Amino acid sequence: MGRFGASFITTSTWDPVAGQFGAWPAIVGTLLTSLLALSMAVPLSLGVAIYLPEFAPGPIRRPVATVIELLAAIPSVVYGLWGIFVLIPFLTTWVYPFLEARLGFLPFFTGPVYGPSVLSASIILTVMIVPFIMSVSREVLLAVPSGQREAALALGATRWEAVSTAIVPYAKSGIIGAVILGLGRALGETMAVTMLIGNRHEVAASLFAPGYTMAAVIANEFADAAGGPIHESALILMALLLFGVTVLVNAIARLMIWRVSLGRGNT
Amino acid sequence: MVTLMGVAVVLAVLPLFLILGSLILKGASSLSLGFFLNRPAPVGETGGGVAHAITGTLMIVGVAALAGVPIGIAGGLYASEYRGTRLAWITRFVADVLNGTPSIVVGLLAWTWVVATQRHFSALAGSFALAFLMIPMVMRTTEELVRLVPDSLREAALALGYSRWRTTLVVVLRTALPGIVTGSLLAVARVSGETAPLLFTALGSEYFSFDLERPMAALPLVVYKYATGPYPEWHKLAWTASLVLIMVVFALSIAARVVTRQRLGRND
Repeated sequence: MGRFGASFITTSTWDPVAGQFGAWPAIVGTLLTSLLALSMAVPLSLGVAIYLPEFAPGPIRRPVATVIELLAAIPSVVYGLWGIFVLIPFLTTWVYPFLEARLGFLPFFTGPVYGPSVLSASIILTVMIVPFIMSVSREVLLAVPSGQREAALALGATRWEAVSTAIVPYAKSGIIGAVILGLGRALGETMAVTMLIGNRHEVAASLFAPGYTMAAVIANEFADAAGGPIHESALILMALLLFGVTVLVNAIARLMIWRVSLGRGNT
Repeated sequence: MVTLMGVAVVLAVLPLFLILGSLILKGASSLSLGFFLNRPAPVGETGGGVAHAITGTLMIVGVAALAGVPIGIAGGLYASEYRGTRLAWITRFVADVLNGTPSIVVGLLAWTWVVATQRHFSALAGSFALAFLMIPMVMRTTEELVRLVPDSLREAALALGYSRWRTTLVVVLRTALPGIVTGSLLAVARVSGETAPLLFTALGSEYFSFDLERPMAALPLVVYKYATGPYPEWHKLAWTASLVLIMVVFALSIAARVVTRQRLGRND
């Protein structure tokens, strides 16, 4: 696998027949979709994670938590199916024209609107990682000793002040861990993204254009590695890269979550 | 701020109802007995079912569970009963990291280890990949539940002259068993919906097959193939197959949760 060298990562021509393998577009696509999804998912899931135990009226806590856990149980092909036939038509008729009209001066929102695109894939990823980030950060928040909250309230803080000054800072590294765990999920997610991103080996400035991710390349091309053994090992190298990145991301996330659950004193 | 968070809750919960709604709307109409009993009809004809994929999923996931669950439980028991040791720490960390490994990478691993060495696709390779995914999940739940077993139980058994391994198997495992069953059910539920690891292991097929050495169909593969195909009949089948798949997955996970709640009486 060493035969590809650094050009595997830096070049962007992917032509199995000619034996050229540049993974740059797929790498960029992977990072771009994951980070976009993260930027949408984090506020959403933290809002829910903090709201549920602290502010929500008692009777809705259990049902909302259950619903969100069920969202995590939906298989990713089903997300993909729903994305193709429901989400994309909705986005292309309502949301994308609006974005183009209002934010068209930015390079991200220009060009022809494709249904399957980087933005569509990011949106489905957002829906998929919210449950993960939410449930992990909820557990971290529940692990905060109630003494923290009580002390803040006893000092005259309002509920909101107690949450924002005493509870969230205490759980901070665990919450960051939860977010990174969500990032790991997003990086490796295959099926839904493959079905929604449009699968084109290209780096485009516009989010409306199709792209590719590493996992999607493997899923699409491996079963019939047309370029023979070299194509095959290029794809395996791609998987190795993906694996390396997710291992790193997950290891960091775990260490940060452990720090909260062990208590800060002994780290 | 609190209002904003309320909006976040609505936004987070909404997709489940949207997805379920469209599944029922588009999938329920072609749900019939034939759907569970027949193979797919040729393109252009109405009717046809996914019976071959249902049996395929049952077999692939069943074999995976037979292999994955015992190994996961054993690993989890070790990691928590011998929790001070270095090996236990390593086991736990590796399980955590594997838990986050993309399933497509696991599929590729199964390909290199099983398919490439045997030189043909097989349902067994699919089971291997799924088992590989299940082990860390089962391990982590086992470990957490075993940790809840009070030490006094262990001490009582040891004081009665039981050896360490017998204490672990007869007393500790017994006590934690209901929870472990739940955890395993959840793992089975999650794995039954996986597509990526099966793409180049079980491969999929159009025919009934009970031979683990041959390619076999599975529900998630059918959904993927039909959803990305060009024919409207296929899309319809994909919706219905998704509906069936999601009902199986939800039934398993809800059953698992109900069992835990009754056992532990937890309220959170």
